[in-house]
Amino acid sequence: MLHTYFPVLLLLGFILVNAVVMLGLSHLTLRPRPTPIKQVPYESGMPPLGDAHERFSVKFYMVAVLFIIFDIETVFMIPWGAYYRQLSCTVPLANDICPSGQMSLFGLSEMIVFMIILLVGFIYVWKKGALQWD
Amino acid sequence: MMSFALLQAAAAGATRTSSGLEILPPPPSGGVWFLATIVKMLITFTIYMVGVMLVIWAERRICAFIQDRRGPNRVGPHGLLQSVADGVKNIMKEETYPGQAYLPLFVLAPAMSFTTALLVWAVIPYGAPWESRWGTIDMALAPLPVGFLYILAIASLGVYGIVLAGWSSNNKYALLGGLRSSAQMISYEISMGMAIIPVLILAGNVSLSRIVSQQAGRGLHWNVLTCTIAWFIFFVSAFAETNRVPFDLPEAESELIAGYHAEYSAMKFSMFFIAEYANVMTSCALMSTLFLGGWDIPFTVWDNVAPHTFLKTLVTFAFFWAKILFFVFVFIWVRWTLPRFRYDQLMALGWKIMLPTALAYVVFIAAMTLGLDAAGIHPASWQYAVIMLAANIIIAVLLFTFLDKGRLVSPAYSRLDKRNLEKLRQLDARRARLAPAHSEGGAD
Repeated sequence: MLHTYFPVLLLLGFILVNAVVMLGLSHLTLRPRPTPIKQVPYESGMPPLGDAHERFSVKFYMVAVLFIIFDIETVFMIPWGAYYRQLSCTVPLANDICPSGQMSLFGLSEMIVFMIILLVGFIYVWKKGALQWD
Repeated sequence: MMSFALLQAAAAGATRTSSGLEILPPPPSGGVWFLATIVKMLITFTIYMVGVMLVIWAERRICAFIQDRRGPNRVGPHGLLQSVADGVKNIMKEETYPGQAYLPLFVLAPAMSFTTALLVWAVIPYGAPWESRWGTIDMALAPLPVGFLYILAIASLGVYGIVLAGWSSNNKYALLGGLRSSAQMISYEISMGMAIIPVLILAGNVSLSRIVSQQAGRGLHWNVLTCTIAWFIFFVSAFAETNRVPFDLPEAESELIAGYHAEYSAMKFSMFFIAEYANVMTSCALMSTLFLGGWDIPFTVWDNVAPHTFLKTLVTFAFFWAKILFFVFVFIWVRWTLPRFRYDQLMALGWKIMLPTALAYVVFIAAMTLGLDAAGIHPASWQYAVIMLAANIIIAVLLFTFLDKGRLVSPAYSRLDKRNLEKLRQLDARRARLAPAHSEGGAD
């Protein structure tokens, strides 16, 4: 387990060290000398009116919620996809092929049922106008 | 498109000589393994950073070439060191911190973008395994058994860097850029994930080394031929995921200044820049691995059979990079070919076209696999690949004709409403009557 994931941690550490060094080096070579006008947010030369942390369009929240639903469906389909050829064979695959007469529609039919349920939800969302940007 | 004779020649005797099925010696143990890991990590990181520099250089030179100008050509031979000079300049520049920014996140955001962009590379196999005297050394930093799931997980984290940069800047344009970017990236991530499922069905595994070994051979089993539509969906999603033209709305200059990194300067800006190009390279590498056989050399099985010498590792490594650089070139080419989408068009494409298409294609590939299995055709045989290719060509023609709705395949005037067309024709006829001298060639 550790043997497998250790290189990833090693790379993560190395990249983090690099990121910190890059930020630090840039910070140390020339210390920031702020002036009030330099610290104003750049909004195409207009003096900014108010704070940027205000309410924004609800569409973005809707996309986020839809993403969670459909991403879970996608993740659910990954193990099915990887195991699909074995699922459609009643006996273990021999030499990467199913012995004749042992095929089954189990894998396909289960996923089609799942997809029809998904599709009903998708059509509902579409008809409700959640995918509509205007 | 290959001619049929060439196809047959390429297919003759193609067998699946996957390194996953033949037994290779175990990996080295203890100190040698640790040393190999360190060396691989350094190689991965160095090649990545140098690669990003070269891709930035290539982008500027190719842009210049397409626009009929010279591009950077002063620093070093052909301007090759331009990126180094820019990097040094960015380190020496003064940093600005906007007065109202939330500083912890403002500093963290570029580091986060940078880290996630580079971390994905850990699992991508970039060469044939080397059967060394100490044991088999995999040419991927971490050949994780969960391979693709790891990529999906880490690539999603890239959104955080961008949305946090936009939010913490406390700039309205940056905030909008960050929000647009996150909405766009998560929308296309779904079609991207769905596009991989046909590949997983054919490979029967999520580990990237198995996906590569399933495509190994003479290039006929490459997933770009057996899952063409999936490749196309992945390709389009990759543009959206990396915020590149035609989906570069997060940084649309005419609308949002510079988008989420409007407030960033010096090295922090540079890190976003590196992350952006690193993401492009990662997408290209993923496309090569999942759909173009990874490091596999087409038209020969030399690279797939024992002995797995170091020479084979090097040659396959070169082929892998040739594939990546080809896709990088396509990315740059598309940038100067297509205009930017509108945001509602972008969302409609992602949700209303790509997602249903990807879902339908999963069912199609599942049904095809079932049918071919029932017919008793071995997945490694050339008949399997040819039947899949033929089915894909038919599906592609049907799909593109349907999606086209008479836009590209038929002439431009077919897009017009029938009544408008009639009005234009009458106008044209009247103009021809009034000025007969100019009517020649002027009416189209």
